Amino acid sequence: MEPASGRAEQLRLQIAKAEAELRGLRLQLSQLETGQEHAPRDQSLHNNIPQNPEIESPGKWPLQQQEYERYARQLVLPSVGIAGQLRLKSAAVLVVGAGGLGCPAAAYLAGAGVGVLGLVDGDIVEVSNLHRQTAHSHTKIGMNKVDSLAEYCTDLNPRVHCVRHATPLTPENAGEIVSKYHVVLDCTDHPTSRYLISDACVLLQKPLVSASALRTDGQLIVLNNPPAPQGSKDGGPCYRCVFPQPPPPDGVLSCGEGGILGPVVGVMGVLQALEAIKLVAAGPPAQPEAPAPSLLLFSAAGTSTFRSIRMRGRRPDCFACGTSSSLTLDALKSGMVDYVLFCGIRSPVRVLLPEERITAAAYNNMVAEKPGFAHVLLDVRDREHHAIGSIPGAVNVPFSMFQRTGMGGQDGTRPDWLPESLPPDAPIYVVCRVGNDSQLAARKLQEMRTGSEHRFIGDIQGGMEAWKREVDKSFPFI
Amino acid sequence: MAVETEAGSQEVAKMPVVVEFSGGLEMLFSDQRRHSLSIPVATSEGKPATVAFLIDYLCRNTMKDTRKELFVLDDHLRPGILVLINDADWELEGEEAYEIQSGDNILFVSTLHGG
Repeated sequence: MEPASGRAEQLRLQIAKAEAELRGLRLQLSQLETGQEHAPRDQSLHNNIPQNPEIESPGKWPLQQQEYERYARQLVLPSVGIAGQLRLKSAAVLVVGAGGLGCPAAAYLAGAGVGVLGLVDGDIVEVSNLHRQTAHSHTKIGMNKVDSLAEYCTDLNPRVHCVRHATPLTPENAGEIVSKYHVVLDCTDHPTSRYLISDACVLLQKPLVSASALRTDGQLIVLNNPPAPQGSKDGGPCYRCVFPQPPPPDGVLSCGEGGILGPVVGVMGVLQALEAIKLVAAGPPAQPEAPAPSLLLFSAAGTSTFRSIRMRGRRPDCFACGTSSSLTLDALKSGMVDYVLFCGIRSPVRVLLPEERITAAAYNNMVAEKPGFAHVLLDVRDREHHAIGSIPGAVNVPFSMFQRTGMGGQDGTRPDWLPESLPPDAPIYVVCRVGNDSQLAARKLQEMRTGSEHRFIGDIQGGMEAWKREVDKSFPFI
Repeated sequence: MAVETEAGSQEVAKMPVVVEFSGGLEMLFSDQRRHSLSIPVATSEGKPATVAFLIDYLCRNTMKDTRKELFVLDDHLRPGILVLINDADWELEGEEAYEIQSGDNILFVSTLHGG
């Protein structure tokens, strides 16, 4: 490391340390000012929620002076009012997932003054989170997401009691954690947790505000509302009523693979907070009539940005909330439902034979030793990935293009990307991100029978990830 | 917007429908979210065109991607795809048996899991 960059790194560390210290001091100060000296600093050690703090009304008014000031703008709304504010103050809301949805959701819930805000997440803050997970920050990289988000929310509103559950939600702990709250927000990112949270909410009769986002699309639905017992027709549908079968694991894209635009997931998290605030502030309905369930679709790319869809009610034969459901809290805790098995696991692709694959280092050596070596290197990643960085000379034909019919190359004709001048026995190497799609593409090319039957068609094992590891450490792999 | 017709079937009566894809399904349909189609009002056996018929029609005529299994599994729509007929869940409308009317809007949405 050069002296200058070493010094810069040192300074960065010092600044981060000083900022963390400053945050702690500010927190202490605001707690002193609001009269909450023992703030939940070390709640991560014990996950018990204290009884909702009794509303300490020293005088004749139900809220404290500072609370009237803090919540003035929402107190004057008919949908909140003083009754709604008191309900918010005595409510315990659980946010499962402290990521792109959970950060804005928790922030607005804290701002609105919910009494207890539970946060569940087992992950730590990474730099790739920061473009969308707005409560975390550069100086918090490596910190528990739950601690980071709790710190943010307490800083925003020290009156909110944040309870830190620094663990992923599991069948073993779900019942105990969910039971302590009135409303649950599903801010997670995988089908397994979505089914688990829904089942726990059905069993414990909690309304569930569920949202998800990917690329430029988002979805929002309020489930199990009203939260009637299993088998009751008065309850709203659960996640399983809407999606009885999980999607095949190959069809599930994460934000890491598919990408996500920050404001898209932000919008969905803010909407979750809104639905939760509405649910709590409104209080129990005068007549327990189920509102018609609806699914809100948000699309930043489409013509109609927001679209509300009428949904079905409870499914009488639902596995979780149906009339003959055998799901119980004990069964859930004992692992009767295998969520991982139910949702399936993506198995690694093993299509090519070992002799049809070469390592990134071997490919690099081969090209270096034989300048002008006649071959084609086909990069089947998306255009965006290819544009960020690629191996010199690679031709980009995205995998999805490969799946399109009529792209040429069928029945021995030459596809557009294959140079006419290339000898018919010149090898073709396929590369992708991590080495799965490249196998499928290579096999497909073999079946297309381009060129001579002696042509080698294979792939680079491990894709660009391996290229970064074995050949070019500076490669911007994402 | 693409208007797609079946070649050589002028005698078959057609009706206009709007088919939309969202949640990533558009990738299977030429990255186009909205398709204005003209589909036969009846099957070759003379039965009214249902959603099941439309799904099959889309696979044969509109989908340019070979990954049919991301749309249809075991002759039915793959789990995790919602069908919305004129902004209502198809389960309110009779699911696959719903008979498509001229001008209907059929939206296929893949569920998202990211967060």
